[in-house]
Amino acid sequence: MSAETLSHDPSASSEPGMGLKDRVGDLPPIVWKLLSFALFFGLWELAGRIPISLAFPPFGDVVVALFGLISSGELIAAYGRTLPPLLIGLSITSVFGVGFGVAMGLSRTSEWALFPPMIILQTAPMAAIIPLITYAYGIGLTAKVIAVVILSLPMVTLNSYNGIRYTSDSLLEMTRSFMGTRRQQVVKIMLPHASGMIFAGLRLGISGGFIGIVLAELLITPTGIGDIISYYRSVARYAEMFAAIFSIIALATLVLTGLQVVERRIFKALGQGSLR
Amino acid sequence: MTSVTAIRMAEPVEVADIIVKAVDISKRYGDGTQALSDVTIEFRRGELTTLLGPSGCGKTTLLKIIAGLLPASGGEVRVDNRTVYGPGPERAFVFQDFALMPWASVLRNVAFGLELRGTPKAEREDIARRYIKSVGLAGAEHKFPSELSGGMRQRAGLARALTVNADVLLMDEPFSAIDEQMRRKLQEDLLELLREEQKSVIFVTHSIEEAVYLSDQVVLLTRNPGRVVKSIRPGFDRGAGPEAVRRDQRYLDAVDDIWSQLKQYLS
Amino acid sequence: MSSRLPVFLSLLAWALFWELSTRIAGSTMFPPLSAIIITIGDVVQLKSFQTALVVTARAFAIGLGLALVVGILVGALMGRFDTADRILNVWVNIFISAPLTAVVPALMPLLGIGETTVVATVFLFAVWVIIIDTREGIRGVSPSLVEMARSNGATRWQMFRKILLPSAMPEVMTGVRLGVVRGVKGVIIGQIIIALVGFGALFETYLQTFQMTRFWALVLVVFSLGFVLVEIVGLLERRLTLHAKSR
Repeated sequence: MSAETLSHDPSASSEPGMGLKDRVGDLPPIVWKLLSFALFFGLWELAGRIPISLAFPPFGDVVVALFGLISSGELIAAYGRTLPPLLIGLSITSVFGVGFGVAMGLSRTSEWALFPPMIILQTAPMAAIIPLITYAYGIGLTAKVIAVVILSLPMVTLNSYNGIRYTSDSLLEMTRSFMGTRRQQVVKIMLPHASGMIFAGLRLGISGGFIGIVLAELLITPTGIGDIISYYRSVARYAEMFAAIFSIIALATLVLTGLQVVERRIFKALGQGSLR
Repeated sequence: MTSVTAIRMAEPVEVADIIVKAVDISKRYGDGTQALSDVTIEFRRGELTTLLGPSGCGKTTLLKIIAGLLPASGGEVRVDNRTVYGPGPERAFVFQDFALMPWASVLRNVAFGLELRGTPKAEREDIARRYIKSVGLAGAEHKFPSELSGGMRQRAGLARALTVNADVLLMDEPFSAIDEQMRRKLQEDLLELLREEQKSVIFVTHSIEEAVYLSDQVVLLTRNPGRVVKSIRPGFDRGAGPEAVRRDQRYLDAVDDIWSQLKQYLS
Repeated sequence: MSSRLPVFLSLLAWALFWELSTRIAGSTMFPPLSAIIITIGDVVQLKSFQTALVVTARAFAIGLGLALVVGILVGALMGRFDTADRILNVWVNIFISAPLTAVVPALMPLLGIGETTVVATVFLFAVWVIIIDTREGIRGVSPSLVEMARSNGATRWQMFRKILLPSAMPEVMTGVRLGVVRGVKGVIIGQIIIALVGFGALFETYLQTFQMTRFWALVLVVFSLGFVLVEIVGLLERRLTLHAKSR
């Protein structure tokens, strides 16, 4: 695999040469990304130095604060409280979301029963009931897990459902014309067809789970990364507050980007036959 | 309707020579659309018959009814003089959009009909390799459909239909999604292939030239509702090769004849 | 979605399930649906509710309005100019799936613990999806249409107003609809984190004073308002994109 890493890199292969028309376009995408990061953080630094507000520290200070939080062990301890409920919640979501979605795609009855509530869960501002959940289940693990599940389950379910439900008609017809059984249709056609959508749904679910865990922790005193954010805001140490916010966004981004790379690699490998 | 019966009656054939017979087939959809109305056609063993007509004439519907993929509202389909009620091992379908699994290699796609029947892996892959070769796809066994051109994809679709050793091939506008030059090549290769494999083919197309070039019998359908207007047997000699055929007077006459028939139904 | 039984029966069944299970369990946190529905009538007549509704609607409208203007302009910019696209794409893709809930506390000292922060939250939740969909729409505009306009001497603004925007309308409207869904979530999340403004304050009060039936009544009202809003945008979307089918 290592020899192929370069050509598998989605960012490296996505842009063919732009030709003479657009000289700057010849820069490889990774350079553009670095430029983009530099520009953003540079503007942040500048805005913090002016300063546009006392509550807006320069990027440099935030980086220093981030290292401070890491070396004091504070940040790691906080993630020790934030990540377990996130992982538990996401595991529950993966099992039930995919299960519900596949069931809905295969059976009219489960579709009838589950589709409307899932649409509501997806569209409605479910965050409204999270205060109640923290109120009901206290500051423990349970409330956080429920918050994660509520905000991640609908996406996973509906994506899995769509993947199954919208399997290409002609592939299903093809299976029937060769006298395949319903079971073969499901196992050999529908599930492989839906796998891409299911994977994408899981990514969306993880994104929702991050939103849920942070929300739960902001509304419950005093645990995890949400507590760090709230605490440093209350004592007006804004560099530390931004460092904590930066860390959770960076973590979510890394996880989601990593998954995307894995996903592309799997499908690219499938497309090249190297997995079989 | 009566005229068709007359034509068919004019040239009676032995029952044994009829492999597929559609009898009084009608199809009405839930919304009341009459897609087919009392269609009766006999398909002879070892021949290639095309169903030709404008879009909306129900030719694909008819083919899918014969395949057992769609239920008819009335009438019946007989294969070898036995009425059939669904898909069967004696019929294999070739799809307009190829219906290849994008996540599977050419080899697995071609062997898929046998895989569904539970043929052991080694055996079905042997058979699949043989037909991959005979449709001219040798070397592409481990490629994925996305790496193939439209023409090559349909070759894989054809190979898949051949592996299951069905007597009847049902081809639904198999070349319509393929560009013109490649289509001609595929037509010639199909005829070549059919000389070796003893198959009866029912072929749906909207191209008059394709129908005449390929067919022993051309059945003209028209729409609202879909019904048979005429059945033509071009009857020229294919032995002279494709170029000669396309200049053959009988080929040209048949094309003209069909066009003059069809254009009165276009509005 | 084509089931034999209509959708509302499914919801009715779930409502019934709620009613029965809460009656049997007798939980104080989850009152029976019938009690909640009756309470809705009381809640909507409260002065505090009406004030909260106005405050929330205003914050939502301003935030979404900003998100629309910025989202469509930035999206169009990214769709038309590769340089803008290369610089901004990374950030748009990060923020569309980032836990923006974490950013709300940072807004409070910057913008004050009040309506401005809620407006900013709505904006932050809604803007990214509008940018992405507008960008897609603009990228998908037929090059021959653009060339046609150029050969007829269209100015930049005419190109944007008369060619790009109408062509991209289906995608833009999808972005707007998704932006509205996210904006509704944003306005509620902003308010419950701040807990001093609009519905957020009401939720907090009902919880602290243990008025669970009122709490749930408010939840249902907020959900319904959100739905009506999304439905209206959906209708608008269909009206504005009728031509897309014949393209």
